[in-house]
Amino acid sequence: MANGVTTTPTLSVRRATKRFGGSLALSDVDLDLWPGEAHALVGENGAGKSTLIKLITGVYQPDSGEVLHHGVVVHFPTPRDAQLHGIQTIYQEVHLAPQLSIARNVFLGREPTRFGTLDLKRMNREAAELLGRYGIAADVRRPLGGLSLGVQQMIAVVRAVSTDASVVIMDEPTSSLEPREVDKLLEVVGLLKEQRVAVVYVSHKLEEVFRACDKITVLRDGRLAWTGAVADTTRRQLISRMLGRDPGELGSGQITHLGRAPVERGEVPVLAAQHLARRFVLDDISLILYPGEVVGLAGLLGSGRSETAKAIVGALALDSGTVEFCGKRFPRSTPASRLRSGVAMLPEDRKVEGIIPELSIRDNIGLAALPMLSRRGFVSRRKQAEIVDTFIMRLHIKATGPEQKVAELSGGNQQKVLLARMLCLSPKVLLLDEPTRGIDVGAKAEVQALIADLAAKGLGVVLISSELEEIVEGSDTVLVLRDGTALGTLFGDEINESAIMTMIAGAAEHDTAELIA
Amino acid sequence: MTSTAAHTVGRSGTHGREDTTSWVRERGVYIALALVILYNVIFTAHFNQWDTVQLLFAQMPPVLIVSMGMALVIGTGGIDLSVGATMAIASAVLAKFVAPASSHGFGSPIALAIAVALLAGLAVGVFNGAVVAVGRVQPIVATLSLLVAGRGVALVITGGALVELFNPFLKVVRQGQVFGVADVMIVAAAIAVVVSVVVRRTTLGYRLVAIGGNRRAAVLAGVPVRSTLITVYAISGVFAAVAGLIATARLRASDPSYIGLLMELSAITAVVVGGTPLKGGQVRVLGTVAGAVLMQLLQTTLLAHNIPNSVSEMVEALIIVAAVYIQRPSQSAA
Repeated sequence: MANGVTTTPTLSVRRATKRFGGSLALSDVDLDLWPGEAHALVGENGAGKSTLIKLITGVYQPDSGEVLHHGVVVHFPTPRDAQLHGIQTIYQEVHLAPQLSIARNVFLGREPTRFGTLDLKRMNREAAELLGRYGIAADVRRPLGGLSLGVQQMIAVVRAVSTDASVVIMDEPTSSLEPREVDKLLEVVGLLKEQRVAVVYVSHKLEEVFRACDKITVLRDGRLAWTGAVADTTRRQLISRMLGRDPGELGSGQITHLGRAPVERGEVPVLAAQHLARRFVLDDISLILYPGEVVGLAGLLGSGRSETAKAIVGALALDSGTVEFCGKRFPRSTPASRLRSGVAMLPEDRKVEGIIPELSIRDNIGLAALPMLSRRGFVSRRKQAEIVDTFIMRLHIKATGPEQKVAELSGGNQQKVLLARMLCLSPKVLLLDEPTRGIDVGAKAEVQALIADLAAKGLGVVLISSELEEIVEGSDTVLVLRDGTALGTLFGDEINESAIMTMIAGAAEHDTAELIA
Repeated sequence: MTSTAAHTVGRSGTHGREDTTSWVRERGVYIALALVILYNVIFTAHFNQWDTVQLLFAQMPPVLIVSMGMALVIGTGGIDLSVGATMAIASAVLAKFVAPASSHGFGSPIALAIAVALLAGLAVGVFNGAVVAVGRVQPIVATLSLLVAGRGVALVITGGALVELFNPFLKVVRQGQVFGVADVMIVAAAIAVVVSVVVRRTTLGYRLVAIGGNRRAAVLAGVPVRSTLITVYAISGVFAAVAGLIATARLRASDPSYIGLLMELSAITAVVVGGTPLKGGQVRVLGTVAGAVLMQLLQTTLLAHNIPNSVSEMVEALIIVAAVYIQRPSQSAA
């Protein structure tokens, strides 16, 4: 510590474990937050970051383990209890009232009063002082909604600090900010540190982590992968810890592209996405896919890997760029029309975008194939049963029967139901976004074998995974992304973990160099 | 993740409660209906008479028909507040076309008048559906606009007054019977059967519950969300128009400020009491029919026992609260 006086952390988490159903969201995780320190929390989707935050803020209760506030064990049954202990959270979206004035937002819920009425004068004066202290130039009487998102974000921070917060948690605070606004926000983080606030900075933008934070905790698959000082690690080591390799193994690159037969690339690619662009998300991404080829999309969270897939199936509107299927432009850009052409996607978040939990396995599998299963709007029960039974057997879906609700299945079986929904359309291109996330080892091996088998039969596959091993083993070609731009493409024997990480880390180092210069 | 959590919580102790809740949710309305009938058989004078049934058959069709459309809309996770106003519009259109020139009508044949009235219902439904599906306005707000404005439109059509109608066909609608069953009841039953087939057997039925269950997933699975939603709201509009015509025949007049008044609430009540969750993803046709009959019978029963109207309204409210309480999401899923 800078001044050596403090001997207990402001907040500690000890051996925290949290289960959801059969899956372990967080296992035995420790975290220490010291006053005046910014602590980065990094990891891929599903690593346990948000679960850990929710344990600290009283949204969830740990199954085992404890939270200590200034060395004393505390329980936060509700988020309000955590707030009363000085723990404030700033979310990606600003949770304030846009039509009220800035000052009223800063003091929302604890407005200064005089003789029982609102003391507007005092409120405006104090709000102006607070804003001034953080270098925000804005008229506090104006409505919050009129400001840019970045300034709104900072006002949310000011509001949090003015409540005598001792811990401020920032969850992906810069995801929708312009670079100039990011600089400003990081300055505010610096000011918070001067006031001896403990800051938790959740972000997948490593350059921000290296600029603003003192310590880093890496989570992976719900476990603590590494924790230590920023000074003790490099970008490359950090990336490898997030993606699941020990830094020691890195240079050697033992795991490489499996010895699959080289893909014969025919005349016409089955899919050609050219110059895909969307502000803040994708910047000139191109992807060519031949029948029977598996193209892996590698990159960290937020690199644009999922967005590229969504743009290809028409679920994300583009500012510019074209998508060609078998050499022809798509007539329309809706998921329904692209699915009819034969381009199917397994979405990243199966709970939010995949399953329809209250419906049966039968209805979930048959949903996309309804046009094939029906005549004049009437669904043929016989055809539906044939397809559903075939895929339940072929993918080894474990259930009490086709009528079982999908919500009751394990993650692996839910994923197989979604695969069946797409495969029964006999697609020509299949985009798989994290096909094996959160499913058990056995199901994972089955899914990976299935992908290889499908590709061998001529299906074009785009594979997205935050597990580098899965990308390296399963892909014929790898496109490496970072911050929505393509860093490069690796073919066949060039594919190994080391090469991919060097690409990602290299770009990051380059960025920092630019910033310093 | 939440649903798995709910499942496991169930296994580790509270499974009994979960099971009981879902058992009650699925059968509650039938049990309640049986109890009300039993009570009446024992305690209400003259209940065991064909007249009681015939009265029910005469009263029920409008609310039954509107509830069928409402059940489909609620299945998509939406709601249609405009049904009562749509009934009034259909009634006004009918009156305008069928009334003789002496009372500022067109004096058209009844078939044409009915066709135009149904088209008006269709137009209202398509408008609602387009606002919800294309404009992506929340259904409660989208259909609120016509709840507020619809009766005004109806008043403008009729010229602001009650129009008495003496059409012979309307008399048939009012009094006609087949084997002693009111013909309007046969229409209502036929609509219920059709809706049941739609839900169980057609792509429309499969798709609408998928949208209600998880709209984002439905989009990615290639479900034509817009056209499905527009179709469902259009069906609700046409059904409301049918109900409006039946109500007009029963009243022997078109009264825009009375026809279909508060029908949206009766229909929503029937659907919810019948066990269809308000959040969508499921349609229970038979449950909705039972829900509508239950509420009507309850009213009749309380009236027969000289319970003041104010008390009977409270009893109805209690039943609605109970139905919604049973359907509330379990804590772990919230």
